[in-house]
Amino acid sequence: MKRIATAAGLITLVAALASAPFFLDAYGLGLMMGLAGYVTLATAWALFSGPTGYVSLATVAFVGIGAYCVAALSEVLPYPLVLLIAAGIGLAVALVVGLSTLRLSGVYFVIFTFGLAELIRQLVTFYEINVTGTLGRYIFLGITPEQIYWQLLALGIVTMLLRWWIGRSRIGLALKVIGDDEVVASHVGIDIARTKLALFAISATIMTLVGAIQAPRWTYVEPAIVFNPTVSFLTLIMALLGGATRLWGPLLGAVPLFLLFEWLSANFPNHYSILLGLLFILIVFALPKGVLSFIEQMWGKAHRTDDSGARS
Amino acid sequence: MTALLDIAGLTRRFGGLVAVNGVSFSVARGEVVGLLGPNGSGKTTVLNMISGSLKPSGGDIRLNGERVSGWPAHRIARKGIARTFQLVRILPSLSVAENIVTALAFRRAPLWGADADAAARDLLAKVGLGGRGDEAAENLTYIDQKRMELARALAADPQLLLLDEWLAGLNPTELRVGIDLIASLRDSGITIVLVEHVMEAVRALCGRCIVMTAGSKIADGATADVLRDPEVIRAYLGTGHA
Ligand SMILES: Nc1ncnc2c1ncn2[C@@H]1O[C@H](COP(=O)(O)OP(=O)(O)OP(=O)(O)O)[C@@H](O)[C@H]1O
Ligand SMILES: [Mg+2]
Repeated sequence: MKRIATAAGLITLVAALASAPFFLDAYGLGLMMGLAGYVTLATAWALFSGPTGYVSLATVAFVGIGAYCVAALSEVLPYPLVLLIAAGIGLAVALVVGLSTLRLSGVYFVIFTFGLAELIRQLVTFYEINVTGTLGRYIFLGITPEQIYWQLLALGIVTMLLRWWIGRSRIGLALKVIGDDEVVASHVGIDIARTKLALFAISATIMTLVGAIQAPRWTYVEPAIVFNPTVSFLTLIMALLGGATRLWGPLLGAVPLFLLFEWLSANFPNHYSILLGLLFILIVFALPKGVLSFIEQMWGKAHRTDDSGARS
Repeated sequence: MTALLDIAGLTRRFGGLVAVNGVSFSVARGEVVGLLGPNGSGKTTVLNMISGSLKPSGGDIRLNGERVSGWPAHRIARKGIARTFQLVRILPSLSVAENIVTALAFRRAPLWGADADAAARDLLAKVGLGGRGDEAAENLTYIDQKRMELARALAADPQLLLLDEWLAGLNPTELRVGIDLIASLRDSGITIVLVEHVMEAVRALCGRCIVMTAGSKIADGATADVLRDPEVIRAYLGTGHA
């Protein structure tokens, strides 16, 4: 009964989100697109970083790869094929990067992933200047904002479903065992490196697709725009705010933060970066485990007080 | 016929310390072999190399004639070597049954879902934890955690079971039960290498014993003979264990 109610609620929610373009003006649709993009990015980020605890700042490396694939290929190849190629390149880069870095621990991994985004940006810049001869590219595709939004929404839903499924699958159990005790994990036959690599690759492929799907919206792309490190930091902070180990955590973090950032950048364009930094620090200090854990704790406390109240 | 386990010249150094020094022995299918020796003689290090948690500095480990030394632990586990740890290792965030399911789900012939749940229940009953699968693993008493760890090792359906002082820390009644449990495993035909300080258990369970001191093997033979060997008595039983 409860499951049917949950399913019905979710289907209604998806239907409402899918029909949003029919009720919104251009500005509203733009907001929804941005929201869908960041919810997907934060959920994909948490897919890997939640259970493994690896903090990745490579998000924008993959988003940028996706966007550049579309910019470079969409004039010569049909759009669906371009998306497929983008996903393939994102996956390939993720596998190479994962194989070489998942042995790094803690802060080294963070620094490497941050460096990776910069490296790819410099490589693309170098290529564009020396080979193509122009820094920027124009994207002329007959894709409407509605279509972009629907694609992002679909990708976001797939990402959520994937996370939910992983939580109930053998990979999900493997991740729990690895989290508890890596020695036991390897002694029951779990290939720890491969499990982490698989998650990193899935997560990166989704991020690449987000970039590829969003690219037509920008019309003009250049490395400094699509490889902007702020995207990586925003994704990270959204997932952390909501709670990266929870299914709904990244979504609950991404929605309010995205709206807040939009408001800040519209009203305080000159102090945007400073405010962003302050907010970052605030979240990490005040809610280290995310909003959901915080609410659960409060809820638990309230209930305990209720109980004692009932007894007295 | 090749032995199930064949070890030749096995060596492990930690910096300047040679913890295991050129140890060779083999174990036939169905045998229960005791690995004895005073504290720090290198017994756990030998098990660690067999199970893959440590890489040997030298020498060979063969399982059914196939060289497995130096392989990562998960590959060795899938070949059919399972173990318990000297300091019991549970998965604290999982339930008792889930602890067992981990081994069922990632072994060579994996079980998942209802099949895995049923198999976990049977294994728990076998080690005396019947009906307690839903409890939190971290709430179990020490002996029950050891039982659970044994059930997890058995869940891997191993060809070779390595027990590292599985009977240590049990009171006399529990010890009796523990010995009977391992005896029942032996009777079911499983091959076991067990590190043990409890002589009563060694006499009751092991047909053959290997004795190490300071990283080297000093005796290998029928349990009664080995325990009478003057060199063994001097090296081991003489030092407070007699
Ligand atoms: N990871 C390690 N790093 C450094 N030295 C180690 C390590 N593991 C074991 N040793 C050393 O190797 C030697 C053998 O240790 P090991 O644990 O194999 O002995 P043991 O025979 O199992 O002893 P016990 O009966 O106390 O369990 C000891 O001197 C120990 O300090
Ligand atoms: Mg030991």
